[in-house]
Amino acid sequence: MPRSLRYARGAQDRVFALVTRGSGAIVLTIMLLVGVFLLIKGYPALSAAKLGFLTTQAWDPNSGVFGIAAVLAGTIFIALTAITVAIPLATGTALYISEYAPPRIKQALISIIDLMAAIPSVVYGLWGLFLLQPSILDLSKWIATYFGWIPMFHVTGFDPNNPLASATIFTASTFVAGLVVAMMVAPIVSSIMREVFTQAPIGEREGALALGATRWGMIRSVVLPFGRGGMIGGTMLGLGRAMGETIAVYLIVSPVFTIQPHILEKGSNSISALIALRYSEASPFEISALMGAGLVLFLMTLVVNFGASFIIARSRSGASSDG
Amino acid sequence: MTITTSRTKVVVTAPLTGIEARRGTGVIRRSDIFSILGSAVAAVSLSSWLFSQLMVFHGVLGFVATSYLLFLIIYSVVVRFDESKLAVRDRVVSVIVQSIAFLMLIVLVIVVIYTVSRGVTALGHANFFTTDMSQTGPLDPLSSGGILHAIAGTLIMILMALIISIPLGVTTAVFISEFPGKFSRLIRTVVEAMTALPSIVAGLFIYATVILSLGFDRSGFAASLAMTVMMLPIIIRSGDVVLRLVPGNLKEASYALGSSTWRTVWNVTLPTARSGLTTAIILGTARGIGETSPVLLTAGVTTYFNANPFSGAMVSLPLATFSFVKSPEPGMVARGFGSAAVLMVLVLILFAIARLIGGRGAGVLSVRQQKRRTQLSRDDVSRFSASQPGAARGVTSGSGRGAGRLSDSLTPLTARLFPRFFARKGSRP
Repeated sequence: MPRSLRYARGAQDRVFALVTRGSGAIVLTIMLLVGVFLLIKGYPALSAAKLGFLTTQAWDPNSGVFGIAAVLAGTIFIALTAITVAIPLATGTALYISEYAPPRIKQALISIIDLMAAIPSVVYGLWGLFLLQPSILDLSKWIATYFGWIPMFHVTGFDPNNPLASATIFTASTFVAGLVVAMMVAPIVSSIMREVFTQAPIGEREGALALGATRWGMIRSVVLPFGRGGMIGGTMLGLGRAMGETIAVYLIVSPVFTIQPHILEKGSNSISALIALRYSEASPFEISALMGAGLVLFLMTLVVNFGASFIIARSRSGASSDG
Repeated sequence: MTITTSRTKVVVTAPLTGIEARRGTGVIRRSDIFSILGSAVAAVSLSSWLFSQLMVFHGVLGFVATSYLLFLIIYSVVVRFDESKLAVRDRVVSVIVQSIAFLMLIVLVIVVIYTVSRGVTALGHANFFTTDMSQTGPLDPLSSGGILHAIAGTLIMILMALIISIPLGVTTAVFISEFPGKFSRLIRTVVEAMTALPSIVAGLFIYATVILSLGFDRSGFAASLAMTVMMLPIIIRSGDVVLRLVPGNLKEASYALGSSTWRTVWNVTLPTARSGLTTAIILGTARGIGETSPVLLTAGVTTYFNANPFSGAMVSLPLATFSFVKSPEPGMVARGFGSAAVLMVLVLILFAIARLIGGRGAGVLSVRQQKRRTQLSRDDVSRFSASQPGAARGVTSGSGRGAGRLSDSLTPLTARLFPRFFARKGSRP
């Protein structure tokens, strides 16, 4: 039975505890105030629009008809496009670094991927606007020609049989914005996946190899099942990032205020782009509406992020076997 | 086994026997190289025939995609001649994985090179770094006007953001790691959730509080507050992880000598974690420096040089880039790329410094520090052995074991950024 320890705290320690606790409290207050202030400032508009705030597509707060249905849908479409492109890229890169890369270059590759995550979003935006967009139009056209019968890839006013048709109907689309955002979130998703993959227990890996598995067989039966939680969590984290991205999306899309489910077609929008576009010439009431939109974005990223950490915490990833 | 005193949680694990290294079992035979090269040549020839003679598709992208698909097909057929089905699948997957990783690297290289090469036309003029845009219109040549105002604005804003966020962030990180309890767990959870805070929401928050509620004008100070809101969670989160990596035996030794919590943190914990904390701060800085939207909302756009962060609009490098490229004039676009290149170089430098300092984990010494410590130890040994033979051995072997444990704390940057995901990484028996 261990004896219970008692100690007297000196004055110095009491001050120290008070100061650190105080700064903790300040940080907590700031973080909580973000939500509170958005709610307070957004309340006038939210209470005026009621549930219509989530279902109206038009954005004209000064005449009282406004809602975020269009921008919310745009945010989700862009984020989903981005994450669909980013998942294979991130998984492939993570697998390469953890399973295939020669040990000599492994550390360098990890640094490069981390660096890629640190490049400012405006740089990716420039790249997307000036380099990616002109060269990706052919791909958009090709998809629209052969897969136009799928509603998602349908492009209004596009005639595949007209060789002189201008490619401008494919610019500034959800697809292009999604591709740029994908390049921004892929590194961060990939880092998380790589970290989980490298933690797959060596005993089980070597067991699989000893039973005659090929490298891919080992990856499929050990590494991927072990890393599933990390893969899902990393993907959700990337999804949260993709939803919040502002400048790259703003630079690329041409804003529309209708729900645009055709991802290849010109015109799209997102909550963050709406805020950046409108805040400067907004009346006080419109500012309030923008605050409400910001609140919705904030809550969405919070939910996604909490979901991500919940899934990762519950998965087997990170536990080690006794192998 | 975990020993819990009322104040500090100390995890005691068995000493590591050395990290298990994975053995490479792959062998490359000559026939493997021949089959890859052969399939590649066949695929490129076949698709150039398709493109130049049959004209089924056109465009560079289509050519690359077609050759790649053909390569996969031809390669799997070639491998199938002398391998089993399982081996074929393994080879094809390995080709796909390697090409995806290559694609990712290519994108990074293209982003960097493209930005710099488009910016070179503006970067070549010395006035680009020494003047602002107040006397320059959109149609003026590149020999007039520059981004001095944006560089100064970025530096002032980030400096003020750091002045606020370093003390606040580090003390909060110390609180979370040194005073476990319900309150610190709450702070940790909230901070973790906030690392994904969209930058525009941070800007909107400061816009709502400082500008709308408190009635201040748009200023560089408001922008640096918005940056602080974004940087704090990153600094706290990664700082917390680094502080928790400080070996328990070092702290216990300090407590055993009778020092207070404050003394232990100041003399043991913080110096041990210094390199990691620096990395945490630099990572936060890199994130804060590159964000456009908080500055857009809170500092406004200006073409004038303004060194006073408390009054008047102030522009930062990413925001200047953004406003330059919105103009259709080629000269303005070139300036935009120029400022993007400057911004990127700034981030690269920060990142390189972070790697240099933070490549080592908490308490892992550089070669020079290691030499100095060894010398000090030797001095102690000779001093002790002069008066009391026998006590010296304990001193040196003790510090040696500590250093061995520390190699365990070398975690990559991502692990520091997302500690929750890697928290349960245990040492294998």
